Amino acid sequence: MSEPGSAATPHELKARIEAAIPGATATVTGDGHHFNAVVSAAAFRGLSRIAQHRLVYDVFGAEVGDRIHALSIQTQPGDQA
Amino acid sequence: MTDESTNPMREAIQNAIGENHVILFMKGSPDRPMCGFSARTVAILQSLEQSFAAVDVLPDPRIRQELSALSNWPTIPQLFINGELVGGCDIVTEMYESGELQEALGIEEAAAAEEPASAEAPPLSIENRL
Repeated sequence: MSEPGSAATPHELKARIEAAIPGATATVTGDGHHFNAVVSAAAFRGLSRIAQHRLVYDVFGAEVGDRIHALSIQTQPGDQA
Repeated sequence: MTDESTNPMREAIQNAIGENHVILFMKGSPDRPMCGFSARTVAILQSLEQSFAAVDVLPDPRIRQELSALSNWPTIPQLFINGELVGGCDIVTEMYESGELQEALGIEEAAAAEEPASAEAPPLSIENRL
């Protein structure tokens, strides 16, 4: 199912997370298949961990597990209200 | 959620989640994890001497498809306690480090060290139920 020539990059993931989640700041590392994202966003406030991580997974939909083989996530509620 | 009754795989997964206090859907088996994230999650549960049911999602891709459709969670492993999705490796690790996992499992730290429990629950084979 992987598409040659369209490898995901940490830069792409960071940009997409920050574009999709209002006020989010993301630090993404990875090797093109396995990624780690540390995401801080005010939108996480008051949400359970599960719900916070779902917001991030939802940015990529079915790409997670496929084009993005693995995505580790750490979430932090942002500082700004 | 609407066509569970006509979906034996999803029904089997749902039953397994309902019938097991602690159940881990993983790649490989606790003895032979086939992915680092599954291995780490197993190691955490074993370090707590927590018995758990385990389901290997690798033998049939439909297990993973139906599980993710059911749980609304895209990745493996997935840990369920008392029928509720707790999370994957990242959340389990965070909760372990903060003590929340022990709390969710009903493990009291003092008591946990005393009694070595046998940590091997027989792995479920969802595919055999079809």
